[in-house]
Amino acid sequence: MRYIEPHGHMVSRTTDDYQAMALAGCAAICEPAFWAGFDRKSADGFYDYFCQLTQIEPKRAAKYGLPHYSWLCINPKESEDMALAADVLALIPEFLKAPTVLGIGEIGLNKNTRNEMKVLEQHIALAVRHDQMILVHTPHLEDKRKGTRLIMDCLKANGVVKPERVIIDHVEEHTIHEVLDQGFWAGITLYPESKSTPVRAVDMIESVSAQRVWLNSACDWGHSDPLSVPKAAQEMRRRGHSAAAIDRLVYGNPVKFLSQSPRFQDPAAQA
Amino acid sequence: MSTPQPHPGAPARTREQVADLHFMDARYKLLDLAAFLDRLDRAAGGEDHRIRGLRAALPLLLEKDEGRVARILNLWSDPSVEPIAKADTKAASGVWPGLK
Repeated sequence: MRYIEPHGHMVSRTTDDYQAMALAGCAAICEPAFWAGFDRKSADGFYDYFCQLTQIEPKRAAKYGLPHYSWLCINPKESEDMALAADVLALIPEFLKAPTVLGIGEIGLNKNTRNEMKVLEQHIALAVRHDQMILVHTPHLEDKRKGTRLIMDCLKANGVVKPERVIIDHVEEHTIHEVLDQGFWAGITLYPESKSTPVRAVDMIESVSAQRVWLNSACDWGHSDPLSVPKAAQEMRRRGHSAAAIDRLVYGNPVKFLSQSPRFQDPAAQA
Repeated sequence: MSTPQPHPGAPARTREQVADLHFMDARYKLLDLAAFLDRLDRAAGGEDHRIRGLRAALPLLLEKDEGRVARILNLWSDPSVEPIAKADTKAASGVWPGLK
């Protein structure tokens, strides 16, 4: 089996995880910028983080034969500080020149505040200005439905963003239909407790047209599983899905979305 | 019992096949939930909004139509539509605190 991990926070993971993912059939990893578990005090912290994402992590992944790509932003959990956000946004264009950067992400909302909304609008404008794709983080738990709707309204209000170049991640049963109906891609995140389990994800896959859906582990420093995508594939196999249908979901779909960036290379075409 | 409505993306399967695959998983999760409620009974103090939300969701499990997960998630969701002025926490609790 082959698969793409389109959303993994590998800076938080050990090299053993790279090894396990490679053994499980992972062919490429994409890493959006995220919250480190604490608020960074200055833009210098983000400069170092962006260097890690664009220079260090690709080398670490390459030791296991894995191409590594990244997305850049200041995440919504640190967006309350508007001055810090402005400083970080000013850094991003320099890093967009790196050959493995695919776009702006994971941007979005956390607690659905006015400041988070302003920084989201600034990120969207930045993506449009630099013709970048967008990867969206939707809020957690009780804040998800409201935040998902606010984010989609914000993307549409921009007027230039093409929905097919945006993936709205962390969808669940109460948000996936609205996201797909509005023309965006939808990401289902597989977590042991929050977001979606592999079993629920396959239920969702069976209830929608899955042509614009991908699965990801969003593995990070919290309770998460870097092998959750192949585990969801195993659940599909148990239920009788064909090998072609599984491959289309866990490999073909992410390749199709990510190939909208000229930086992304289909690993199968490189073989 | 409602008429089976297989989704277009799902291979055809019987309820017996679904039970063979997932019954034990659902069984232990239901027992874990029962044990959690018992544990609450043995503990001191009142119930916060999370527990009230969990109890409010239980009847939804017994509804006959498909879509129970979405209905529970919608029940627990913040129903407001405007951005808030400022957050007093970064975290979410799992159930909208205003749920009655």
